[in-house]
Amino acid sequence: MLGKLDWSAIPFDEPIPLVAALVIVIAGLGVLAWVTVKGFWPYLWREWITSVDHKRIGIMYIILSLLMLIRGFVDAIMMRTQQAMATGGAAGYLPPDHYDQIFSAHGTIMIFFGAMPFVIGLMNFVLPLQLGVRDVAFPTLNSVSFWLTASGALLVNLSLVIGEFARTGWLPFAPLSEIEYSPGVGVDYYLWAIQISGVGTVLSGVNLVTTILKMRAPGMSYLRMPMFCWTALGANMLIVAAFPILTATLAMLTLDRYLGFHFFTNTGGGNPMMFVNLIWAWGHPEVYILILPAFGIFSEVFSTFSSKPLFGYRSMVAATLFIVVVSFTVWLHHFYTMGAGADVNAAFGIATSVIAVGTGVKIYNWLFTMYGGRVRFDTPMLWAIGFVLTFTVGGMTGVLLAIPPADFMLHNSLFLVAHFHNVIIGGVLFGAFAGLTYWFPKAFGFRLHEGWGKTAFWLTLAGFVLVFVPLYILGLQGMTRRLQRVTVEAWVPWLDVAVFGVFVMALGVAAQITQLVVSIRRRHELRDETGDPWDGRSLEWATPSPPPHFNFAVQPHVEGEEAYWDIKQRAIEEQRLGDEPHYEPIEMPRNSPTGVVSAFFATLIGFALIWHIWWLAIVGFIGAYATFVVFAWRDETEYEVSVEEVAEADRARRAARQAWLEAHGQTA
Amino acid sequence: MTLRILVLCLPVLLLSGCGGGFFDSSVPSILDPVGPIGTGNRTILLNSLAVMLVIVIPTMIATVAFAWWFRASNPKAEYKPGFTYSGRIELIVWSIPTLTILFLGGLIWYGSHQLDPRRPVEPVADTLEVQVVALDWKWLFIYPGAQVATVNDLKIPVGQPVRFRVTSASVMTTFFIPRLGSMIYGMNRMENELHLRADHAGNYFGTAAHYSGDGFSGMNFNVEAMPPDAFGRWLTGLHSGGDVLNAQAYAELSRQSHDVKPFHYSQVQNGLFDAIVRQVLPPAPGPDEGRQGDPGVHPESPASEVRLLDGDICTASNPTGTKG
Repeated sequence: MLGKLDWSAIPFDEPIPLVAALVIVIAGLGVLAWVTVKGFWPYLWREWITSVDHKRIGIMYIILSLLMLIRGFVDAIMMRTQQAMATGGAAGYLPPDHYDQIFSAHGTIMIFFGAMPFVIGLMNFVLPLQLGVRDVAFPTLNSVSFWLTASGALLVNLSLVIGEFARTGWLPFAPLSEIEYSPGVGVDYYLWAIQISGVGTVLSGVNLVTTILKMRAPGMSYLRMPMFCWTALGANMLIVAAFPILTATLAMLTLDRYLGFHFFTNTGGGNPMMFVNLIWAWGHPEVYILILPAFGIFSEVFSTFSSKPLFGYRSMVAATLFIVVVSFTVWLHHFYTMGAGADVNAAFGIATSVIAVGTGVKIYNWLFTMYGGRVRFDTPMLWAIGFVLTFTVGGMTGVLLAIPPADFMLHNSLFLVAHFHNVIIGGVLFGAFAGLTYWFPKAFGFRLHEGWGKTAFWLTLAGFVLVFVPLYILGLQGMTRRLQRVTVEAWVPWLDVAVFGVFVMALGVAAQITQLVVSIRRRHELRDETGDPWDGRSLEWATPSPPPHFNFAVQPHVEGEEAYWDIKQRAIEEQRLGDEPHYEPIEMPRNSPTGVVSAFFATLIGFALIWHIWWLAIVGFIGAYATFVVFAWRDETEYEVSVEEVAEADRARRAARQAWLEAHGQTA
Repeated sequence: MTLRILVLCLPVLLLSGCGGGFFDSSVPSILDPVGPIGTGNRTILLNSLAVMLVIVIPTMIATVAFAWWFRASNPKAEYKPGFTYSGRIELIVWSIPTLTILFLGGLIWYGSHQLDPRRPVEPVADTLEVQVVALDWKWLFIYPGAQVATVNDLKIPVGQPVRFRVTSASVMTTFFIPRLGSMIYGMNRMENELHLRADHAGNYFGTAAHYSGDGFSGMNFNVEAMPPDAFGRWLTGLHSGGDVLNAQAYAELSRQSHDVKPFHYSQVQNGLFDAIVRQVLPPAPGPDEGRQGDPGVHPESPASEVRLLDGDICTASNPTGTKG
């Protein structure tokens, strides 16, 4: 009846996961009880859970990401403390089978459920606003994408208390991940969680590519799009091209594990090297999927906070597309040490270094954006400058690792670990935090507290340096990653420094949480009245904060590279807003529970397949199919926003702008 | 500020070793090599680092300088909102990284060929062959010349090149002796090749540098580089006091075990390594039982398929498998 599931799946003998799970379950139940008592369910259901508004979905993506970042960070604290404690013959507090799950979960969660939802959330929220349109191309599909991602995240976290997670690392290399060497359900949790969320990611990629290519405001030609739209286009094209490789690779591993196929097994003609090859053919473009949107955020931030247009815009577009193409030609550098010949290694080494050209160009263009500008050091700008400093080091160590003879000694070392954290924290995460601070007022109508934001920045930066400089050094001292205990005493002092660093980073996390709490409490003093708190340049700042659900009362006409800046300058020059436009009713997509219902069934399917509960899997498939049929047969897809509502919203916006203009006119 | 200081210190640390303990002989530092391969790798690493630092350091300084000088509160800085494109700057911006990469590309091409793990090390004629099998979770070293083997204990003669033929009984891992240089993957049904040489007598840290399961952290071994005559005596001495490593003993050895104390086999069945590589001996089994019990799916059951080898195994040099 319940397949492989029985009471032995609950880790009663392991206090750490059990207590952690209990805390999460109790906290979760507490939140649900609170929502029920307060009677928030109808509001949540109507305004969030079934919402197809790209802004709401973007915000939900980011909330999911922030929760998962915290979960992944707790894993990181456990890893660092375990390594520092398990020295000199001591066993530490995490036995290997638990420790191995923790580093696997850390990587999986941070990449798939921390970093990815963060950048996808930001793209979701920002792109339609920057493009001057009312929603993404396929709003309901967007909701499906989000809920499938959430479903994957749920499955991964379920493994904490029911069964186990993979003990294979964040990429389940065959043959270790094959049924022969990993007979437990850990790898199955990984496979189904990533497959389900992967479907969500591909759908989101298709959606955003279509939005950018087909749905720009009148006059917004490709070369008038803000830089963030370009990098988002690049990232989403990479998603569409690369994620199917991941899906196919994991599907083959699934067939191996469930049906006795031999794609990657040692025997039966399988080839485990092909797994490594395929997973990195996805894995390397994946890091550019993460970093390109961050590059876009930094471009917006550097330009806005230097009060200048982005320097070398066309050059930046070229560099972005260059990275998109070259990112598909470098994956072999992840396994030079597998024994490819010198010619192959050298070719991929050179290709990998070549990609640094695109990144180098971007860094110089950001520098020259500041040159001749009026640089304001608000929190987003601090993240951006911190990014350039850390990312240049991370890029440099990346090129070092791309040199085969150097990689022969640094492959799989803590130097490698330090390198990719250097680019993912210093690049993706700093970018995401910059973007969060930058667009937060747009989303919620009030700014985040500056003082706590800056505190968070400095603590995170200092903690980051204190963790990863020791890891670089340890890598040069021959220390391999993923060690559950340490046998070389000389490594211990550096491991201790790293533990100190991780606690400084924890203070940074605490500062971010405090910032959020303080900002919510003081939201009235931090209120953004005009919708343009940073003196912005692109169209999202033309809307009020938060924007109405239809974004723009009247679709803007774009006449230059910096659509909103031009409108604003004309208004300042003439000391008047443009004439009140002629308002028309707007058609908006209806809310739909399709996303959350199909994700519910997807979770059932995933859970059932993990535990071999076949009848439940069939129920899940039937339910998911029925959801699709119901959605496909819907009669009304859109509703009309009345002229009065549109006019009212826009007149309020115009009044705020007028007030600002008058105040601005007096000071200017 | 902290960051800049630390970052600027990093190369200094690397080059001088101050405070880093890189040249303390108990540290398996890749910056303190004891053989030509490690030295070659280190040279490429440091040269490339130097090439990149030439542009990275000025870039970092310029970042801070531009941001600070053009701060909004600086009345002396000239505001030039129209400065958004300059062909000359774009040319420089594209050519600096391109030239650096061209230069590095040369280093990469040269280094990849010069330090190819398959490339024999001088003096080639003296090369000693050692066969390496990665097991869960210990290392088997077979000395085919003397037909003896050790577990988790590698001894090699100083000044004499060693040709390691590396495979794995089960999952992937890498064979790595940091102070000697390059690492290489051991994979089931595959054979990899790695040439190394130790130029100084001493004990060195050897390890598995790719995660391979629960016992991975204990998969270390000591490497002792000893004078050739002492090495010869040691090798001869192995002929006594140990068991015979045949197919049956190998099946026993290849079962999962961790933190195995070094021991030796006084005799190794001829052709055992090739039999492992070609799966004449099946891959080693995984864990006896998962946490959730038997998965119920058995693509194969290797343990029952171990064929006892009587007589020799055919190899390239002995195609019929007859005793020579």
